[in-house]
Amino acid sequence: MTKQLVRKFSYKRLILTDEKRFMAQAQLPLNTPPGMSGDSAKEHPKAWKWYDYFTFNIDHKVIGIQYLVTAFFFYLIGGLMAMAMRAELLTPDSDFLDPTLYNAFLTNHGTFMIFLWIVPAAIGGFGNFLVPLMVGARDMAFPKLNAIAFWLNPPAGAILLASFFFGGSQTGWTAYPPLSLITNNIGQSMWILSIVLVGTSSILGSVNFVITILFMRVPSMQLTQVPLFCWAMLATSVLALFSTPVLAAGLVLLLFDINFGTSFFKPDAGGNVIIYQHLFWFYSHPAVYLMILPIFGIMSEIIPVHAKKPIFGYKAIAYSSLAICFVGLFVWVHHMFTSGTPPWMRMFFTISTLIVAVPTGVKIFGWVATLWGGKIRYTTAMLFAIGLLSMFVIGGISGVTLGTAPFDLHVHDTYYVVGHFHYVLFGGSVFGIYAGIYHWFPKMTGRMLNETWGKVHFILTFIGTHLTFLPMHELGLQGMPRRVAMYDPQFISLNQICTFGSILLGISVIPFFFNALWSWMYGEKASDNPWDGLSLEWTTSSPPLIENWEVLPVVTHGPYDYGMNGRSATTDKAPSESVS
Amino acid sequence: MKQIPVSLLTLVAGVVIAFFSLWVGQNHHLLPEQASEQAPLVDGFFNVMVTIATALFIVVQGAILIFAIKYRKPKDDDSDGLPIEGNFSVEIFWTAIPALIVIGLGIYSVEVYRAMGGFDPAGYEMIAHHHGASSAIAKMPGSAMAAPIIADSEGTISETASAPVEKKYGIGATPEEEGKAASLVVDVTAMQYAWIFNYPDSGVTSGELHVPVGKDVLLNITAVDVIHSFWVPQFRLKQDAIPGQPTQLRFVAIKEGDFPIVCTELCGSYHGGMRARAIVETPEKFDSWITENQVAQQQESIQTVATNPTDLPTSEFLAPYTKEMGIDAHSLTHLHPGAIVSSMSN
Ligand code: HEM
Ligand SMILES: [Cu+2]
Ligand SMILES: [Cu+2]
Repeated sequence: MTKQLVRKFSYKRLILTDEKRFMAQAQLPLNTPPGMSGDSAKEHPKAWKWYDYFTFNIDHKVIGIQYLVTAFFFYLIGGLMAMAMRAELLTPDSDFLDPTLYNAFLTNHGTFMIFLWIVPAAIGGFGNFLVPLMVGARDMAFPKLNAIAFWLNPPAGAILLASFFFGGSQTGWTAYPPLSLITNNIGQSMWILSIVLVGTSSILGSVNFVITILFMRVPSMQLTQVPLFCWAMLATSVLALFSTPVLAAGLVLLLFDINFGTSFFKPDAGGNVIIYQHLFWFYSHPAVYLMILPIFGIMSEIIPVHAKKPIFGYKAIAYSSLAICFVGLFVWVHHMFTSGTPPWMRMFFTISTLIVAVPTGVKIFGWVATLWGGKIRYTTAMLFAIGLLSMFVIGGISGVTLGTAPFDLHVHDTYYVVGHFHYVLFGGSVFGIYAGIYHWFPKMTGRMLNETWGKVHFILTFIGTHLTFLPMHELGLQGMPRRVAMYDPQFISLNQICTFGSILLGISVIPFFFNALWSWMYGEKASDNPWDGLSLEWTTSSPPLIENWEVLPVVTHGPYDYGMNGRSATTDKAPSESVS
Repeated sequence: MKQIPVSLLTLVAGVVIAFFSLWVGQNHHLLPEQASEQAPLVDGFFNVMVTIATALFIVVQGAILIFAIKYRKPKDDDSDGLPIEGNFSVEIFWTAIPALIVIGLGIYSVEVYRAMGGFDPAGYEMIAHHHGASSAIAKMPGSAMAAPIIADSEGTISETASAPVEKKYGIGATPEEEGKAASLVVDVTAMQYAWIFNYPDSGVTSGELHVPVGKDVLLNITAVDVIHSFWVPQFRLKQDAIPGQPTQLRFVAIKEGDFPIVCTELCGSYHGGMRARAIVETPEKFDSWITENQVAQQQESIQTVATNPTDLPTSEFLAPYTKEMGIDAHSLTHLHPGAIVSSMSN
C-alpha cells in the first residue's frame, strides 16, 4: 500500500521549469539570506574559509557546524565532570571531591549534557545543516534569527563555567526549590540565566524549522517525499514551542524568589514547591523527546542508506513522531510519583506514560524490519545506528517499568533511574549523534572520516556504555539512591565496574577526536555521494556550495526508493508492477 | 505481500523463549529482601514486567542480531536490498501487541497500587495529633485534591488551615484496613541531614524508627527545610517529605530486622549521608524500647527546662542525637542554622 502511494507521488507533477521554481521560492522573501540572493553584482565566495566559522555567519551550514563543534566542546567538559564523579564513586567514602563540589559537578554535568550538548548538537547542529539541504531550500526561513539563536549558546556555556568561580549551582539539573532557593544563590542565578538563554535559542530555532519544513520545500517535493528526519524535526520543534516557555516561566519565578523577595515557591511564606515541579517537568519531560526525536530522524536516514533498503513503514514512522510529540505533552507527572501528587494523578500519568511506548515501539520495529532483506554495509555510521537500536531497546524497556507508579515508588531517584536515562541518552542520543557525524561528515567537510579508527571508537564506546550503565540498574534496585557522593560499602564492587566502564568511555573519545581533527584537514576527499544516498543533500557537492545548489534539484523519487525506479535489486522478488 | 513463515522452528523458539522468560521473571534475584506487606505486591508486579521484558529483549535483540548477520552485504555486490516499503498487517501486528501489553500493565498497575493502599491516602484525621512535629503541619495549606496547582498558589492558606480532615498524599490504608485507625502513628520530620521520629502517643523522640512487626503503622511525613524523601528499600515504599505539604506512608512491616532509611531527594551537600535506621522488632521489644526512652527523655527534659532547645545552635542541640541519627558530628556543623523550627521543641 505504502509503496504504491510513494511511487505514485514520485512521478506526478515534477516537471517545473526553473523560473517557476524560483518564483515559488521567491514568494518567501526571507528564503535566501540577504546579500546572497540573486544580485550577482555582489560576488560571494564559492566556499567558506575556516575563519568564517568563527564569525556571525548566516549560512545554515556554517551555523550547523558551529552548533556541532561548540556542543562537542561542552560535551568534553561535561564528560570530564562525569569522570570526576565516577572517580569519587570508586570508594564509598566522600574522599576525592568535596561533597559540595560533587553536587556542583553533578548539576553542571547534567546541564551541559542536556542543554549544551545533546539539544544543540541534535537539533541545532544536524537540524540546521540538514533541513534546508533535505527539502531543497537555499537556507532556513530566517537566517539571521538562526545565527542569533546559535550565538546565545556560547555565552550560556560560558556563564555555567564562570559559575564555578562562585561555587556553581549545586541542586541538580532539576533545581527543585526550596533547596535551590537556599543553596548558593549566585551560582543558582547564573544557572537559571544560562538555561533561559538556551531556552530562548531553542524557541527561535524551532520557529525557523517549522516554517522551513512546511513552506520552503522545493515545489517538486511531495509531503510523502519529505525525508523522515524533517518530520522528526517538525515534531521536535512543535514540542519545543509548546513546552519551553513553561520552563522559562518556572525558572523566572525561581529567579525572582531568589533575588527579588517574591515567594512563589517558599513554603513558609505561602508558596508551593510542587507547582515548580509541575512547571519544570511540563517542559523537561518533552525535553527528553527533544533529545531523542531528532535522533530518531537520523536513524531513519542512516539505516535505509546503509542497508540499501526502503524504510519500512514511512508513514508509520512519520506519524509516530507526531504521536510521541502529542502524547509526550501529557506524561510529565511520571517524574513526580513520589511527590505531592494525588492518587488519580499518579494513575492517569502511569497510563499515559505507558501509551507513549507504543509509537516508540513502532519506530524500533520499523528500523529492525528495514534491516530485513537489506544489503547491510558495516560502516561506522551503521554500527552506531545498530548499536543505538540495541541500546534503546534496553532503555525503552526500563523506561516502561519506571512509568508504572507502584514500581516507581521503589526505584524513583535511585541509580536504577540513572542507568535508565543513560541508556536512552548515551546509548540513544549520543550514539545517534555519532552515527550522524560519521554519516554526514563527508558532506559537511568534503572529507571522509577514517573508518578503522571509527570502528575502534565504536567498539570502545559500546563496551564502555554497558559496563558503565548496566550495573547501575542493580545498584538502584538494591537501595543506592542517586545524587550521592558517598554510599554503603555493600555497593562497592558494582560501583567499581561502573567507574572502570567510565574510564573506557573517556578513552573512547580519543580516537574519535583525533580522527575528526585529522580527517577534517587531511582525510581522503569525499565524493558528492559516498554512501549512495537518495535524499537531496547528496545531490550537491561535498561540501555543498554556499547556496546549496547552482540550480535547485528536481525531486524524482522518494528519499528511500532503494531497489525501485530502475535501481537494481538483486533478488527476483523485485516488484512486478512497473512505474506508471 | 510477504507472509511471516510460522514454521515449526519459530513455534519451538517461541515456547522456549516464553518458558525462559517466565523462569527469569521468578528467579532474577535483583531485589532486596521483602519486609513490608506492600513489598510482595510490588515484587510480583516487577516479576511480571521482568518476564515480559525478557521475552521482548530476546525477540528484538535476536531479530537485530540475526538480521545484522544474515543480511550483510556480500562482497562486490552493489545492488540494493529488497524494495519493501511496508506491510500493513505486520505493522498492525506490532502496534497492537505492544498496545495490548501496555493496557494490561496499566490495569495491573492500578490494581497493585490499589492493593498497596495508594487510593486511601486521605483517611487520616489531623486533629487528633497535634503533638510535636504536627504543629508544623497544621499551618500547611490544605491540598484541594482536584486542583493542587491553582488552589495553593496564592493566598488561600489561612482558610484551609482549619479544615478538620487533612488530605495527604502518599500511601494510605490497604483495602482491608480501610476505615480503621492505624495501630501506631509516628510523626516523621526530615531536615538537612537527619530524620527525627516522634511517637505522639508516648512522647518519645528518636533518631531511629522503631516499629513492631505485624502492626499497622502510619508515618506522617513532613520536612522543615527542603524536600527530602523517605525510602526503605526493603519496604519498597517511598514518599517525599515536602515542606509545606504533609504526606504519609502507611505499612505493615512483616519481617524483623534493621533496615536502612535512605533520603532519596537531593537535599544538599550531605544528602548522601542522610541515613537512619528502621528497626522492626517484636511488639514486646518495641514496648520496652518505648518505655526505656520515655524514662530517659523525662529525665532529660527535667535538665533542659532551663534551656529552650530552639535557643541553642542547631548542631549543639542535635549533638546528643548524632549517633542515633547515623550521621557524624562533622556533618551536623553543616546544618542549615535557621532550618530547624519549633517542631523540635515538643
Ligand atoms: C562518560 C559518560 C558518562 C558518565 C560516566 C556519566 C556519569 C554520570 C553520573 C555519575 C551521574 C550522577 C548520577 C546521580 O547521582 O544522579 C550522572 C548524571 C547525569 N548524567 Fe551522566 N554520565 C555520562 C554521560 C552522560 C551523557 C552523554 C548524558 C546526556 C544527556 C548524561 C546525562 C546525565 C544527566 C541528565 C544526569 C543527571 C544530573 C542530575 O541529576 O542533575 N550523562 N552521569
Ligand atoms: Cu519523563
Ligand atoms: Cu535529605
